Amino acid sequence: MTDVASRLAAKRGAIVRNQAFWGVVAIVLLLAINVISDPGYLSIGYNSETGHLSGNLIDILRASAPILMIAVGMCLVVATGGIDLSVGSIMVVAGAVSMELLSSMDGTTGDAVLTLAVALGIATALGAVNGVLVSVVGLQPFISTLVMMLAGRGIAKVITGGQNTTADNDSFAWLANGYIVGVPVVFLLAIVIVVLVALLVRRSALGLMLEAIGMDSRASRLAGVKRRNLQLTVYSASGLLAGIAGVFATASVMTVDVSRTGYQLELDAILAVVIGGTSLAGGKFSIGGAVIGGLLIATLDKTVVFLGIPASATPAFKAIVIVVLCLLQSERVRSLFRHRRALRAQSQKEAVAA
Amino acid sequence: MTVTTRPPTGSAPGPAPSRRSLADRLGARLSALPTVAALLIFVGMIIYGEAAYGRIVQFSTLSNLLVNNSHLIILAVGLTFVILTGGIDLSVGAVIAFSSVAGVMLANAGWHPAAAVLVMVLIGSALGLVSGVLIQYFGVQPFIATLATMFLARGLASMLSTVPERLADDSSIRELATQLKIIDGDKVNDLVITPGVVAAVVIVVLGFLVLHRTRFGRTVYAIGGSEQSATLMGLPVPATKLGIYVISGTLAGIAAVVYTSRLGSAQNITGIGWELDAIAAVVIGGTLLTGGTGFVLGSVVGALVLGLMNVLITRDGGIRPEMTTIITGGILLVFVILQRVLAARRRAEQQG
Repeated sequence: MTDVASRLAAKRGAIVRNQAFWGVVAIVLLLAINVISDPGYLSIGYNSETGHLSGNLIDILRASAPILMIAVGMCLVVATGGIDLSVGSIMVVAGAVSMELLSSMDGTTGDAVLTLAVALGIATALGAVNGVLVSVVGLQPFISTLVMMLAGRGIAKVITGGQNTTADNDSFAWLANGYIVGVPVVFLLAIVIVVLVALLVRRSALGLMLEAIGMDSRASRLAGVKRRNLQLTVYSASGLLAGIAGVFATASVMTVDVSRTGYQLELDAILAVVIGGTSLAGGKFSIGGAVIGGLLIATLDKTVVFLGIPASATPAFKAIVIVVLCLLQSERVRSLFRHRRALRAQSQKEAVAA
Repeated sequence: MTVTTRPPTGSAPGPAPSRRSLADRLGARLSALPTVAALLIFVGMIIYGEAAYGRIVQFSTLSNLLVNNSHLIILAVGLTFVILTGGIDLSVGAVIAFSSVAGVMLANAGWHPAAAVLVMVLIGSALGLVSGVLIQYFGVQPFIATLATMFLARGLASMLSTVPERLADDSSIRELATQLKIIDGDKVNDLVITPGVVAAVVIVVLGFLVLHRTRFGRTVYAIGGSEQSATLMGLPVPATKLGIYVISGTLAGIAAVVYTSRLGSAQNITGIGWELDAIAAVVIGGTLLTGGTGFVLGSVVGALVLGLMNVLITRDGGIRPEMTTIITGGILLVFVILQRVLAARRRAEQQG
């Protein structure tokens, strides 16, 4: 009996210590706040004519898709001890490329596929440039990706000639606005991609190798991990995922806003990653956690709009959360907690003995 | 090697003691090479500009170069301290945004201009302190801590206002940008300076003196050489590291004052990408991104190179302004690669 109880307690402790658990708690809390302000918030409508589901929850899922993409890419980069500040700018480049191409085409499905291939190819290439700068040239990741972050928006402006290009293509718009069995395509695609990435890194040694680079780059090299190739791959993958996010973000309105598409989304990506319990110091990562983080951010954004709170306060709030989570991850605060836990355990032992 | 008692003080090697070996002198030359290169590039750009577009070597263009880039020079001095210790400060652009929006709003709300200016500078110091504490006492990596501060400052700025905040026309903060004629040339060709330029020059001189003539400055170089050795030598590493982030933040606050007084308005998107400009200025000026080697005066040259590049791009007219960040990034990359090549050659020489 006591054995089962203690095992349950241990399990509970493990769950409570898992940072992603608190992400779920935060999502539930936010939804609860929304339900209090409008009891019908969680209801999901079903349109029997089109077979689409509708409602606030569906909106949140749709909004979370681009964040999930960049969060997963960021997660892999952070695992190697790096950072990718260029995700928002690669998003706008991918969006600009697709809108420019589509606006000069007829609107057939073939055009959409071709556009998708070109946009994602360019996004991957920009990611690969980051990768080469980091792995071959040996530049610090934040410098290389900072250059790409600022230059990327410049590239997008050059591509569209400074305009916010609009285009028409039903197949392309379907990616963001369509439904499969009632669920938004964009969310299904995001989940499929996340699952594929997760399987790829966790069912092979790839994930471990990335973590090895993040823990100790030198030791990993001595252990035979091909650091250069892996870093190149990870930054390219982050670029590709940011490109997909950019396509999602622009396809929903079929317009690219060169100064606002993807603006400050690196903040969201980093926030999602740290909420999920991935340490920015590198060496470990949790894709599941990043997904929960991404869902939390989408829920937060929608809640702020729903409650009518001025959205201009959200970035500051997100930044404070990042600072707090960085503090919690730091060695000093951790040892403080460990110390307190040890004290408590000791006093319990003494109480039992007495 | 530069962590000795006499850090190199500029591109021109002073009267070298005869006991210094050839390798030592070569090492000193090599570390000054990027700064000399930056100086040559600056002179080359002036000559090219004069030949291609004309009206570069004249009082008005050169004084405008100083007036328009005084904020960048101030930022670059602050970042030189940070990069010399091997750290980084990504928050300076966002700090300027928050500080200037807050300052303009306070001044317009009827605060005494001096009080508003003081608050602007102190906002910078406070945000620098936040970064410093995160880095020094909680062991957060500098780029992550200052990235968090960057998001925070940008977020606070947009919380205050998301539209351009105009400084009242009769505000005496604008007087900080008054153009004072030093030499009255013909027509508009005057040599002018503003209080902002004076502030930049004073800060450069102070930065130079602090880095090369004080214990604090030597500790900065020592930390950049090897933080562990500096600690073992009994140098006040924690206080110094905290200090440099406060310095960088404070200088960002001063830069905000200089910039806002010149522009007369502030917005939450002011200063996007200025951290890259400042880093580029420091790196072009010959400071190693890994820390330990560099000069404040080099960073000033770096800032002027970037400023002159903007002038030339505007004069040319054929290059789109969007290309500026791409070109700045490209120059930064070239110089970092140059640094790595030099570092590798130096290592080879020390071993051989």
